[in-house]
Amino acid sequence: MRVGLFVTCLVDLMRPRIGFAVVRLLESAGCHVEVPSTQTCCGQPGFNSGDRESGRRMALRFLQDFESFDHVVVPSGSCTGMIRVHYAGLFPEAPDVQARLDRLAARTHELTEFLVDVLGMKTVSGRFEGTVTYHDSCSGLRELGIKQGPRTLLASMPGVVLQEMSQPEVCCGFGGAFSVKLGNIATRMARDKCEDVLSTDADVLVAGDLGCLLNLEGCLRRMGNTRTQVMHVAEVLAHVHGDERK
Amino acid sequence: MKLTSFAFKGNVRRQLGNAVLQDNMKRFGGRFVKARAEAMQQVDNLEALRLAATQVRDHTLAHLEEYLTAFEDCARKRGTVVHWAETSEDVNRIVLNIAAAGGVSRVVKSKSMVSEETGLNEALASAGIETIETDLGEYILQLADEPPSHIIAPAIHKNLDEVADLFSSRHHTPRQTDIPALCREAREQLRPHFLSAQMGISGGNFLVAETGSVALVTNEGNGRMVTTLPRIHVAITGIEKVLPTLNDLSLILRLLTRSATGQDITNYVSLLTGVRGPDDLDGPVESHVILVDSGRSGLLGTDLQPALRCIRCGACMNHCPVYQVVGGHAYGWVYPGPIGAVLTPAYVGLEKALDLPQASTLCGACQVVCPVRIPLPELMRVLREKSMERRLRPWTERWLVMLWRWVAAQPALYAVVTRWAARVLRWAGGRSGLLHHLPGLDGWTEGRDMPAPQGQTFRDLYRRKAP
Repeated sequence: MRVGLFVTCLVDLMRPRIGFAVVRLLESAGCHVEVPSTQTCCGQPGFNSGDRESGRRMALRFLQDFESFDHVVVPSGSCTGMIRVHYAGLFPEAPDVQARLDRLAARTHELTEFLVDVLGMKTVSGRFEGTVTYHDSCSGLRELGIKQGPRTLLASMPGVVLQEMSQPEVCCGFGGAFSVKLGNIATRMARDKCEDVLSTDADVLVAGDLGCLLNLEGCLRRMGNTRTQVMHVAEVLAHVHGDERK
Repeated sequence: MKLTSFAFKGNVRRQLGNAVLQDNMKRFGGRFVKARAEAMQQVDNLEALRLAATQVRDHTLAHLEEYLTAFEDCARKRGTVVHWAETSEDVNRIVLNIAAAGGVSRVVKSKSMVSEETGLNEALASAGIETIETDLGEYILQLADEPPSHIIAPAIHKNLDEVADLFSSRHHTPRQTDIPALCREAREQLRPHFLSAQMGISGGNFLVAETGSVALVTNEGNGRMVTTLPRIHVAITGIEKVLPTLNDLSLILRLLTRSATGQDITNYVSLLTGVRGPDDLDGPVESHVILVDSGRSGLLGTDLQPALRCIRCGACMNHCPVYQVVGGHAYGWVYPGPIGAVLTPAYVGLEKALDLPQASTLCGACQVVCPVRIPLPELMRVLREKSMERRLRPWTERWLVMLWRWVAAQPALYAVVTRWAARVLRWAGGRSGLLHHLPGLDGWTEGRDMPAPQGQTFRDLYRRKAP
């Protein structure tokens, strides 16, 4: 199975190790993984700022980079939501382009969705010790319906204890450009979320979207917390015992 | 209601520092959410109901003129005078004319958000007419001279202490903090007004076209008194609130009360049809309905039309994480939360409410609970597009979006830019790996650190690693 990895602009720039964790997970599941080097961004930052053209151009870029793959895997519910939900209406004047895009979008999956729903995975081979709490990223949860998959995989790791926060489904306040444009609201939302995280006493905060994780990690550190680790779900699932985290 | 939606950011700063509001939101914000969730668990066909309600609302909007005319015909036959008001000023003028003709000096009102749109109380006051709000929340706010901050819980921003102080100072009574006692006190104050007012003004949750009735959904009983005790009753409601039949009303009510307060049904559901009949013991002698456009028809046939489905339950704001930290006053007009972020720009002008559609992470919590499935995040995105097209956003923002689009469309250039950004930011992050301050991103770094990048892009690392 030829799988294209759309690594996302945030992971590419900020946390390459998440990308490598995804590669490791996919390869150990028997996938042939390729990373088209001309990929950039899904277009969501511009699209959500009100520039439809950003969405259109990036959709064409995505089509060019990934159309040849059996499946595309994305370590982000938000970018997957952009592709699966919002690419759908971008080319009303070009039905052929739209149809190709729709077919590609249907083969595009968020990472845990792909592992659980497409590959039928129930356990992972990585090893991880600690109490983790899982934050449901908004797009993954409400646009793609991702809820149980990541929890099933995390819970399958013998050393992992899942500890739910009181409101795992409430937004962390990231929202892309929102987190800068209305930074004081975003900060207050992030603080509420962090307090919820801290009340679980978990060692690790886990989510499937790097945007949420950067927001929450930045907030935790500013609050003076240095203890709580903040990790992408791929990093935990692909964790090999003795791995040295930076 | 005084418009301050153009000053959203300043409003937000004030509300984030408002200790009472923050405390109230923390303590009560979750109650509506819990109540709704529990109420919906009792409904075994929720999605079917939501779909049916959405279809009823869409069908009505598609045939709006037809149903409004049918309503008018039926209402007239029952003795109601139907007025059409194109603007807010028209609404106030019509009410003042009715009051003048009826020799009205005192008005009792039950809750009407449309009258907040038009500034009716101020118009009545300037004509020398005393107006008393009788919904408990609205009554408190009238004493405090404040606007509502929620469409069904207008005084949610005030706490018990504030109400106790307010009652004591305005009623000249001993201060009490027992809630039932405070309610009794309000009731005692209101009773003489109910009995002496010549005119009652109410909103209308819905209009029923087939019977010419105004449907009113209330909990306190004040609505019944406002609409039946005074000689004249005036109902003011938006043109979009019409429903074809009583059956449609019962469908919508099942969703409205559960979505709003989590109740199966409210304490009072009134169907007000025409004037007092010869054998009736009570009811108004004169009945008026004012059908208000005030910007609504401008949404018909546009991308924003789905917002007109709204049945004013407030679930979107109850579930909105932004509303829950800034409160209703920050939005600066009658309708707060996600529906306000759509309706305010639509009704008062996008340029006067530019930040409202931006005040959302597009998390989608509102859309999931909306009983008539209004795609609120999508509508906010539509308004963001209009802001961009009309060049209403700051040039820096537009320029950054264009720059990103231009760079991201060219993989070679993009690779160079991201390679250098990763290096520079890694260096700036130092040993801690955290950026405490980032020029241009103060909005972020004022309240949070920015974790620094690892230093090299994934694609660079992967290329080198790959055989």
